[in-house]
Amino acid sequence: MNTERIRSLSIQGAALLALSACVAFFSLNAIENMQALGLTTGLGFMGQTAGFDISFSVISYDRTSSTFGRVLLVGIANTLAVSSLAIIIATIIGMIVGIFQLLENWPLAKLCRTYIELARNVPLLLQLVFWYTCVLSALPHQKSSLSFMDSVFLNVRGVFMPWPEYSDGTRAFYVACALSITALVYLVRRSRRVQEESGEGKAVFIPFLLTTVGLIGGAWMIFGQPANWTYPVLKGFNFKGGTWLPPEFMALLIGLSLYTAAFIAELVRGGILAVSQGQREAALAIGLTNWQTMKLVMIPQAMRIIVPPLTSQYLNIVKNSSLAVAIAYPDIVSVFTGTTLNQTGRAIEIVAITMGFYLCVSLIISAFMNWYNRRVALVERT
Amino acid sequence: MNLKAKFLMGAATVCTMALGSAATAGTLEDVKERGHLLCGTSEGVAGFSAPNDEGVWVGFDVDACRAVAAAIFGDPNKIEFISLNSKDRFTALQSGEVDLLPRSTTFTLTRDASLGLDFAAINYYDGQGIMVRADLGLTKASELDGVTVCLRTGSTTELNLADYFSANNMSFQSVVFDKSDEIRKAYEAGRCDVMSGDRSQLAVRRSQLPDPSAHIVLDEVISKEPLAVAVRQGDDAWGDVVRWSFNVMVLAEESGITQANVDEVLATTNTPAVKRLLGSEGEFGAYLGLPADWGYQVVKHVGNYGESFERNLGKETAIGLDRGLNALWSDGGVMYVPPAN
Repeated sequence: MNTERIRSLSIQGAALLALSACVAFFSLNAIENMQALGLTTGLGFMGQTAGFDISFSVISYDRTSSTFGRVLLVGIANTLAVSSLAIIIATIIGMIVGIFQLLENWPLAKLCRTYIELARNVPLLLQLVFWYTCVLSALPHQKSSLSFMDSVFLNVRGVFMPWPEYSDGTRAFYVACALSITALVYLVRRSRRVQEESGEGKAVFIPFLLTTVGLIGGAWMIFGQPANWTYPVLKGFNFKGGTWLPPEFMALLIGLSLYTAAFIAELVRGGILAVSQGQREAALAIGLTNWQTMKLVMIPQAMRIIVPPLTSQYLNIVKNSSLAVAIAYPDIVSVFTGTTLNQTGRAIEIVAITMGFYLCVSLIISAFMNWYNRRVALVERT
Repeated sequence: MNLKAKFLMGAATVCTMALGSAATAGTLEDVKERGHLLCGTSEGVAGFSAPNDEGVWVGFDVDACRAVAAAIFGDPNKIEFISLNSKDRFTALQSGEVDLLPRSTTFTLTRDASLGLDFAAINYYDGQGIMVRADLGLTKASELDGVTVCLRTGSTTELNLADYFSANNMSFQSVVFDKSDEIRKAYEAGRCDVMSGDRSQLAVRRSQLPDPSAHIVLDEVISKEPLAVAVRQGDDAWGDVVRWSFNVMVLAEESGITQANVDEVLATTNTPAVKRLLGSEGEFGAYLGLPADWGYQVVKHVGNYGESFERNLGKETAIGLDRGLNALWSDGGVMYVPPAN
């Protein structure tokens, strides 16, 4: 074929070859050096019993029987738990603060501005340490906890809450929930269809509420209460029963959310300001209110500007969650790249697995956001 | 150090493994050629290895390096100190970033047999202990069911603690920190009921609390922690140099030779063993590839084992440890080294 194509292919081929040669050289050299030092390699250690305690885990972990492989899963689950919650909270706060800045309300706008400047300009690590040591560690001792209705307790050990446990009515409750969600989907669709056909709105909320109350109430009466609640009680050194969130988790969640929300708020503000002023004026001219203008005209057009940089903020949240180790939250870096590495000494394998994990999560988030971006991107009508 | 930077450093050490060629033999020659020793220390543990007010590294572990430098160069200051956290320490030694690692490292089978390193000398016999607030009124470790324990990551501590509580059918919850200071702060704030770690480390942290007397280290020792100086595996000649640079300090204490009287002893002694130790007779230096007076230089510049202990950790210091197991065997301790014959 044409020479340009051949040339480009051969250059790419050569680059690929050089890259593979580099990777091969470094891997072989590492293997050789490790053999010379008598270091054992491989992933065999993943099946060994870990034997150490992990302070907090969103999946089950037992220190006497769980393996290093399980420790990796615990680390991954803990990292994903805190990152995904932080992404949701940061997005909500960021959206609100970003929009508030543009409302014609001077004190509110200034307040938002101050928050943004503070959160954006102080290093995240310091903020985490601040939340952990200055705010959460200053809470009272567990014997004098702050309590709400004698069932939720807040103290230096974290927050202790009642927790539902499985009971006879649990399964029926889940079925009732599923049915009422199906009903909601049906109601929304019907309302849209009716609106498109006749221009009349059709009520969604009231029928949905009635269906849900009927279904869940019915399930409760027939099959018994949906859950047995267990309440935290102070026993010995600590609270027992119910569920618990450690201060490490809360500090990391608050720190990550507030830090990233400030950046998201700026993205939202920038996105909205980038929409042509004429659009706003036109919307107001046809009689939409300020809020309707924002919701129906400005934000949909701003989204296509906001979404691509939002992706990097989400990636940052996941990567920044590795600062967890500073405040003793057992994320993947703390339990796997930290404790497991020390117990087993398999530096290369463990660092490679950890890097692979962050890479995978980042690529998945990017893929999802790219898909979402294509959905909200401006569709030009021809 | 920033933690992200630390993570990067972990990645960087992996790269060093991939890039560098392992120094398998001839560490002593390398050190002589370089003109100074590369000594891997902690990030600052008072009494063991920490920079003093003038920025000079001092401490009990630092003395192990100073002894080696004195033996090789006759100068205890020909050292470059490389501060390592507990995660990076072994990789740093394996990849040749440091020549020896006296960093309160417990000598264990896994480390000895699977990490490509050897332990040249045990310089401190420690054990894991538990510190509690005196006002809790606890006296025995067996009363600790359900406690929250603050401890440090990346050590044998986490495993020992779990083993101890399992063996005694007790439950506990751990809060694991990366730095010694953070453990102390969390313990002060009441995040945990007790603090666990090597008893020597607990003594250091206790000395840093606002009111040390309000805290007690329980008598129970839940593990054996022989803290040892590590060197790379496969360079036995270098291991010998490190081992005997330490041993000579203990032997000097046995013979009553101190930093202050070493010159006088050297001039007046008639004991052949002492003469050989200090190098005025025999060929020990040549066997080890060191100058003939290496033993004299170690004692002259660093002192004997007891002096180093008292100067850095002993009763006169803020840490206030007594010799305990680390007393000479002849004084009821277990500090017993082979003879220089």
